[in-house]
Amino acid sequence: MKITLKVWRQKNAQDKGGFKTYQLDDVSPDMSFLEMFDVLNEQILKKGEDPVHFDHDCREGICGTCSMYINGKPHGPKQTTTCQLHMRSFSDGDTIVVEPWRAQAFPVVKDLVVNRSSFDRVIQAGGYVSVNTGGVPDANEIPIPKKIADEAFDSATCIGCGACVAACKNASAMLFVSAKVSQLAMLPQGQVERKTRVEKMVAQMDEEGFGACSNTGACSAECPKEISLENIARLNREYLKAKSSSDNV
Amino acid sequence: MSSTLGKKLLMALTGLFLVIFLVVHLSGNLQLLLNDEGRAFNVYAKFMTTNPLIKTTSFILYATFIIHIVWAIMLTVNNKKSRPVGYAKVSGSNSTWSSRNMGILGTIIFIFLVIHLKNFWYVMHWGPVEMVKYDGVEYKDLYATVDVAFSQLWYVVLYVVAMLGLMFHLFHGFASAFQTLGLNHVKYNPVIKFVGAAFAIIVPAMFAAIPVIIYFKNL
Repeated sequence: MKITLKVWRQKNAQDKGGFKTYQLDDVSPDMSFLEMFDVLNEQILKKGEDPVHFDHDCREGICGTCSMYINGKPHGPKQTTTCQLHMRSFSDGDTIVVEPWRAQAFPVVKDLVVNRSSFDRVIQAGGYVSVNTGGVPDANEIPIPKKIADEAFDSATCIGCGACVAACKNASAMLFVSAKVSQLAMLPQGQVERKTRVEKMVAQMDEEGFGACSNTGACSAECPKEISLENIARLNREYLKAKSSSDNV
Repeated sequence: MSSTLGKKLLMALTGLFLVIFLVVHLSGNLQLLLNDEGRAFNVYAKFMTTNPLIKTTSFILYATFIIHIVWAIMLTVNNKKSRPVGYAKVSGSNSTWSSRNMGILGTIIFIFLVIHLKNFWYVMHWGPVEMVKYDGVEYKDLYATVDVAFSQLWYVVLYVVAMLGLMFHLFHGFASAFQTLGLNHVKYNPVIKFVGAAFAIIVPAMFAAIPVIIYFKNL
């Protein structure tokens, strides 16, 4: 396959950046999108130029590191991660535009690499369960209905890749925050900190500069883990309940 | 209420209140189509501007409009700040057009609202408007004012365009309000979606039909 790439190049956070066009003449349809980028970088290195920096880690669709905004969509045309996107999803002679995630809260580090620590700070604000030390509790000591356990698990499958923020016209982190609030709000272990958690996580989300939710549904449509919009409704509910009844003034 | 979630909650609540207002407004407007030289409409207009309970409600309505507009501007400004550098290429296939353009649709409705208020609401309150007598009681002849306005093609076109804007605004807004209130349930989602879509089509269409019918009547 012959592919023309328009890739965002930016030296550092201060640099203005711009697109650079590259030509690849021998791309296998069985390559993953990242492997195609490896080939591109070899080509660039041979010329003695600076290779394109991009984030990647597991290349198994589990970690969510491979952030790339491909042809107007996070992770490209398929609802998956960039590493699980294959070149057969494109046609011979295609021009592909590759950009970094764009959000105030995700500043560009270099080229396609963005800093997603704002997500970490949201989790640090309350996305955990405090565990007191002591004996290990017996398995099945706390009964949880299968349906609830499944729902909580569905929410917990969020890998924090940031595609929801990248896809949202407001760069809102609602889908991410709602999944992280939901997975704990539905389980007995999460009850102790339930109200404080949602208050703190939403406050941190706003603090980081993510936008508000317009309920367009673009986030869920692009989420590689198919996190549903029900989570956002649950977050709205949890927040309203917490704000109207918690002791935090 | 200062958080993004709080602001959106206010948008949802005011939006749903405005939806109720649309029903009341439409039921009043439909009296324009009665073949009674505007008698029922004029009596209704007087009632709506003099009854103390309605007057109190109207002030709540003005506040609702202002909150819905001002908070929308605040949210939009904040949302734009959340993405200072935009994308070169954006695919719109992951969401509906109206859900992404509520601000533009709202602006169309707002421009219409200003002209609409000036033409009818202002005239009804502070004139000039002709008087008419039914059974010895004086009424402002708002029907005559409406009749004149709806005989002008530009006004009818503006009206229809604004109602199209309202249609798409409601198409997203109605169901979206429930999601913001946290009401998302497998059992009720199809109902909310259906009622929202039906409301978004029927109500603006009926609003728009009135000036069109009067325009052709007066030709």
